[in-house]
Amino acid sequence: MSALRILVPVKRVIDYAVKPRVNKAQTGVETAGVKHSMNPFDELSVEESVRIREKKSAPGGVEDITVISAGPTKAQDILRTAMAMGADRAIHVEVKEGEDLEPLSVAKLLKVAAEQHKSNLVILGKQSIDDDANQTGQMLAGLLGWPQATQASKVEFGENDSVSVTREVDGGSETLRAKLPMVITTDLRLNEPRYASLPNIMKAKKKPMEKKTLADFGITAERRLKVVKVTEPPVRQGGGKVEDVDGLVSKLKELGAI
Amino acid sequence: MASRCTRAPALARLATRGPTAATRLGRVQPLPRSHARCLSTTRSGWLHQTAPRQAAQVKFSSETYPELKRDSRYSQLRQEHVAYFKGVLGSESAIIDGVTNDNAADDIEPFNADWMRKYRGHCKLVLKPGSTAEVSSILSYCNKHGLAVVPQGGNTGLVGGSVPVFDEIVINMSRMSQIIEFDQVSGTLVAEAGCILEVADQFLASKGYIFPLDLGAKGSCQIGGNLSTNAGGLRLLRYGSLHGTVLGIEAVLPDGTVVDDLGKLRKNNTGYDLKQLFIGAEGTLGIITKVSIQCPQRPKAQNVAFFGIESYEKAQQAFREAKGHLSEILSAFELMDGGSQELVRSVTKNKKPLEGDYPFYCLVETSGSNAEHDSEKLSAFLEDVMEKGIVADGTLAENETQIKALWAWREGITESLGHLGGTYKYDVSIPLAEMYQLVEDTRARVDAAGLLGETDEHPVRAVVGYGHMGDSNLHLNISTRRFDKRVEQCLEPFVYEWIQERQGSISAEHGLGLQKKKYIHYSRSETMVQLMRSVKSSFDPVSGHQLSLLHRYPYTSCAEVMITGIH
Repeated sequence: MSALRILVPVKRVIDYAVKPRVNKAQTGVETAGVKHSMNPFDELSVEESVRIREKKSAPGGVEDITVISAGPTKAQDILRTAMAMGADRAIHVEVKEGEDLEPLSVAKLLKVAAEQHKSNLVILGKQSIDDDANQTGQMLAGLLGWPQATQASKVEFGENDSVSVTREVDGGSETLRAKLPMVITTDLRLNEPRYASLPNIMKAKKKPMEKKTLADFGITAERRLKVVKVTEPPVRQGGGKVEDVDGLVSKLKELGAI
Repeated sequence: MASRCTRAPALARLATRGPTAATRLGRVQPLPRSHARCLSTTRSGWLHQTAPRQAAQVKFSSETYPELKRDSRYSQLRQEHVAYFKGVLGSESAIIDGVTNDNAADDIEPFNADWMRKYRGHCKLVLKPGSTAEVSSILSYCNKHGLAVVPQGGNTGLVGGSVPVFDEIVINMSRMSQIIEFDQVSGTLVAEAGCILEVADQFLASKGYIFPLDLGAKGSCQIGGNLSTNAGGLRLLRYGSLHGTVLGIEAVLPDGTVVDDLGKLRKNNTGYDLKQLFIGAEGTLGIITKVSIQCPQRPKAQNVAFFGIESYEKAQQAFREAKGHLSEILSAFELMDGGSQELVRSVTKNKKPLEGDYPFYCLVETSGSNAEHDSEKLSAFLEDVMEKGIVADGTLAENETQIKALWAWREGITESLGHLGGTYKYDVSIPLAEMYQLVEDTRARVDAAGLLGETDEHPVRAVVGYGHMGDSNLHLNISTRRFDKRVEQCLEPFVYEWIQERQGSISAEHGLGLQKKKYIHYSRSETMVQLMRSVKSSFDPVSGHQLSLLHRYPYTSCAEVMITGIH
């Protein structure tokens, strides 16, 4: 079996625990001064890649784990985090803040990256929690002409480059088998990402990070979609509180309920 | 970019498939923040909800402590008293009357028992005044008619100070919960005493400010109670004690006199600063009705690091380094021993943040205004302590979810202990150099007595220590499998004597309450006790006749203990 060269795309998004607010111009959510971190599904991808190496679950072993992110300079922080978790190297593709790429552009970029790095496995989050597109993995598999297994909850390796992927579907689970090279997207049950340990955080600072631009991949940040308007969901009308039974009765009368 | 709420359906769908799916993302099933945080200072709202059902099994304090006797000089509650209170309070919801109504027993039970299920009184009347004037009318009437009362906030205390012992009237402050005013420029908040801490903090959050106190029970505890017990909590290291942040207090004295010292000035050197006496008085001097407090700017950036440390000496070094490197952004430095973390793990089944096992763990939190500046300082600190070999291993929270998950390892200790059985809790201040020695000595003593072991025949499961290292405040907890008188005999007065030898305090942040009333002499000299006694009689002259209507029974506070002279 061939040794694995895993490509793990990661995205910097508004932190999962932060409540996003729509910006004043209603063109998107406010990102300035808001805590950002790695897309949670991408953490699962990084964790899974590192586990495949640590548990020696792939017969051919893992030769390389490369993480890649297209985003502003601060995206380097999450690349360092990924390397602290165990990735070997990182590629940062500089994209100006506000010039976000659409899934198709990302897929095109990743295709080139996978080819350049001779990757034979791409593990990526099933979706990013900001756009929730859930498209990039599928488009990438299409562009590369590789098999795809989306929303993986378990990944196992067999002989002759075969990979079994279990995915949860309505009413049970489904197991797919395909041969490398392939694309896998991750779902929540796949694993539990680790905490990066301090020694590994230190080591990650010395791991190589390539800095690239979109032009290096022959991509332009073209937009096929236009955001017309972003609004917050309607505010829930809060309930009132009554002091006692009399208050409740009079309130109900007032509302014509009794 | 789509709004975050579009993500919710995906997660919600997962949540319906299995109990763990949604929490997977968060890595742990964290104990809910408001429940878990520093329960040692107060109690959990979740436990409170189950209190009425469980309370039936709680032993009456009067049975647990047969040496406590009801003072016969106090009147028994009669219907005419209840009628007067009904007249004062007006609204039906403001009074729970078990005197004339036999069916009210279930409604009264939550006010009678504490959340730890250790203390329970025989109270038959709960009053919930809605204004300072009502509090004043109630107290002045009680004073005249010799009726005993016990003030009660969120009833989250750990030492039995907020529940009655006999048939005292409970004056519950929950209806006085309004936020009165807030000054955007100075950050001064004025609120009624019954305002729940978390409500006040959320209000302040919307203004960009933070309440200078944070603790586990913030979802249930009230700021009046926080002041009365001088609660310390998790951020004392950063924002200081309430003695510094409280600017003014309005209180009602036992005879009904309203003390209006609701100042909003940071500086006021005109005579004695009497409001300070109400802070930590546990309700013995009067009932706090309003509070004005100085609130700091809410930090925009927070970071949390978690360390594994080989020895207590190294934990002290780490604390010194943290102060040196992080100085003004350091907002918490918490110590947990290996035993406490093992208990949390065995209850929550969460994966430990670090690979190896260490005898000590520290949690360091920074709060500042500039995330990059803070990260830079924190990185320098981390590199330094790693290189010098002060910490053996560690991790840094990469996102908000990890921050909460790491905090859960500190905040979840009390709740986890609660799941395992009874716990003897000692909340003590000891000079830092010897702080952990108490845990080791206690463990050795319990072990020597043959009480400690892993099997069922040993009553003690574990002796663990954790606490606010930044404040030299240790929580010594003895987790037991069952109640066994030998354990208590082994611990007391050993623990108190040990602390006395080192000039420590037997109550750092929980108060004396009923639990520690007997032991004040371990931390205060006879002269101090005498002084407290005279302060009490100035505020409550009735006690001159050996009657004191606030906390009439000798259980809630030092002052009370001394006046009645029982110990």
